[in-house]
Amino acid sequence: MSKPKVGFFDFASCEGCQIELTNFGDVAFLELINHIDIVEFREAMSEKAGKLDIAFIEGSFTRESDRKRLEEIRKRSAIVIAYGACAATGGINALKNHQHDYHECVYGKDAKAPHLASNIALPISAAIKVDYSVYGCPMSRDEFIRIVSHLLHDKQPIIPNHPVCMECKLNETICRFHDGDHCLGVVARAGCGAPCPKDGIPCEACRGFVSTPNVDSLVKTLINKGGMHSSRAWNKSRMFTNNQRGDVK
Amino acid sequence: MTAKKKKKLVKKEAKKTVKKAMKKAGVKKKNTKNAAKKVIKVKKKAAKKVVPKKKKVSLPKKQNAGKKPAFRKAKAVGTSKKRNIKVDVHHLTRVEGHGNIVIDVKNGIVKKCQWQVPEAPRFFEAMVRDRHYSEVARITSRICGICSVGHTLASVKASEAALGIDITEQTRNLRKLLKHAENFDSHILHIFFLVAPDLLGAPSVFPLVEKHGPVVAMALRLKRLGHEWGALIGGRTTHPTTVVPGGFTKLPTEIELRELRAKILAHEQDLVTTADLVLSLAGKIPNFNRPTEYIALSSDDDYELYSGEIKSTLYDGSIATYKVADYRSVTNEYLTPQSTAKWTKNRHESYAAGALARFNNNYDKLHEKALAVATKFGLKPICTNPFMNSVAQLVEVVNDVYQSVALIDQILKDGIKDEPLVRPTKFSKGAGAVEVPRGILFHEYEYDKDGMCISGNCIIPTNQNHANIQKDFEALLPFVMNLNYNNDEIKLAFEMLVRAYDPCISCSTHYLDIIIEE
Repeated sequence: MSKPKVGFFDFASCEGCQIELTNFGDVAFLELINHIDIVEFREAMSEKAGKLDIAFIEGSFTRESDRKRLEEIRKRSAIVIAYGACAATGGINALKNHQHDYHECVYGKDAKAPHLASNIALPISAAIKVDYSVYGCPMSRDEFIRIVSHLLHDKQPIIPNHPVCMECKLNETICRFHDGDHCLGVVARAGCGAPCPKDGIPCEACRGFVSTPNVDSLVKTLINKGGMHSSRAWNKSRMFTNNQRGDVK
Repeated sequence: MTAKKKKKLVKKEAKKTVKKAMKKAGVKKKNTKNAAKKVIKVKKKAAKKVVPKKKKVSLPKKQNAGKKPAFRKAKAVGTSKKRNIKVDVHHLTRVEGHGNIVIDVKNGIVKKCQWQVPEAPRFFEAMVRDRHYSEVARITSRICGICSVGHTLASVKASEAALGIDITEQTRNLRKLLKHAENFDSHILHIFFLVAPDLLGAPSVFPLVEKHGPVVAMALRLKRLGHEWGALIGGRTTHPTTVVPGGFTKLPTEIELRELRAKILAHEQDLVTTADLVLSLAGKIPNFNRPTEYIALSSDDDYELYSGEIKSTLYDGSIATYKVADYRSVTNEYLTPQSTAKWTKNRHESYAAGALARFNNNYDKLHEKALAVATKFGLKPICTNPFMNSVAQLVEVVNDVYQSVALIDQILKDGIKDEPLVRPTKFSKGAGAVEVPRGILFHEYEYDKDGMCISGNCIIPTNQNHANIQKDFEALLPFVMNLNYNNDEIKLAFEMLVRAYDPCISCSTHYLDIIIEE
């Protein structure tokens, strides 16, 4: 079997998920390119390619002017994978989506300047069909390898849909609530291995909510166990899941 | 002459130049003086054409009378008179973020010569509003994937200033160690993945795997070291977890630190190989000089990446210092139509931040082994060749290694102590600065009595370099036209210039408090 042609693309993002690819180190990275043929990758290479077997797209869809570029990538790619929170759910970029004055806040009286046009941040699935998503901010390198490996073997990749709490239990990590902190792990999509609670900070749900989160119960827990006042508890989950909440748009 | 032959000739010439430059590091020869004078002449002319309203840039001859151009000998000025040049690089590759290069010359007259930044704006200053102080660094870290460690550190420093938090010596030392890791990690990425392909004549790092397999393996090995080094202290290097206002939520053990020390030193040979490799390619670095202002953090006791106050060194050696809290009086941001990112200016028409700016300001605090590398390349303060930023990065890579080893020794001598986070003593406004790989980075926040953020401002080094890149563009165009570069060579020279700055464009497209100049 010839190696699949793979391209990497970026939209509004920090490009940290691309950087994660370079963090594989010599052994894993050189092994990876034994199996895939990276033919397009703006941040690392000058070449541009035609037809692709897999397109990895990073970053949110924030400008109508980006729609054409996304459609063009979709057209020449057999499989499109949104990788990283920005592309998969809108990620951190969506944290401003519930605000009405973010243009004015940042640009002042120049908010209406045409080259500064930008709308609310959406996942790229708002513009084109997405076949799979690699969640997380940054994406998990292990999960990336797992999904690529599944596709190479013609298998359907499995994307977890259970809460982060399960992974903390497996890690035997002390619950953040027991440590007097708070946490979103109760409703956050797992698959990352819960590194944040392990490092002593709360889960911020960077992989988004599980498919049926009980948000009301989350708010109650944040107030009763996390000691938050009600407005902070209500707004707490916006950081990475603003697009998945009922009160945006 | 065919294009191939031409290229060979250029290579030969470049090799000669390196040898000469190495031998006579810095010594000016009388027969190159004329050529250099011509360059100055053209530069002045072009500066007039491009920005007719602005005053002529005063170019001190000493700064500009450099060595012989590396690419080829300067030919008569007149030959480029009626040229047409069109360069339109939409979404420049091998830089972080999106940038365009647009050059339009008709009949030898410059119609357009622009560095454009069309990156999608991301509104971070709006996002931090109404977020708790414990979340703010986690949000602003997401400004940039490459310098997320730096953004996190600048953010917690600013929050700590606003919250009246005085961190412990142990926290300070560990953060310094983390800062070195990021600098090392990012510079390695830049030198090998983004710059080396230009110097090796390859479109990217991937084709190099076959031809230069051991080099790529070494690059990935060094990159891995940078990552493991940072991850030990920060939890991970892309959006670190353990760094919070008041200290660390998790500490490395003394055993882990000893292992890290050994791991770092195990890569000493790789560093020597890296330096030799870059040195063998140094002839391809254009000998282009444009005197400007250099701004970096500085203190009396360290080659600063984490602490210190703001220092500015002008091309003529004049020095000015400013408090971090007064950073706005240094950055003086303004908006320009060619960019979604704001530009800055201080004492000169533009200023540079980054490795070269740090070198020009703080070279006397470098570790002796780093200084030795600088000497090898003929890099001396005050260096006004922006292409030399990549060499300054190499010097810093060596410096990061040896200063970190010393830091680890200090931390081990003091012993790792389990320390609780330092709590806020007030809720007000405060600013913080660190040196990220691309230069000085400012964060500022204001908090209400519940510790919720009222406003934020971040000024990113790439923003501070945009105006300087534009001014370099305006000087580089007549320089390359004078050397009769063909259009492809011109395009490459401009791309190389932008890549030398290592711009992190996704970082820089967000700002607050717009000030319009003129």
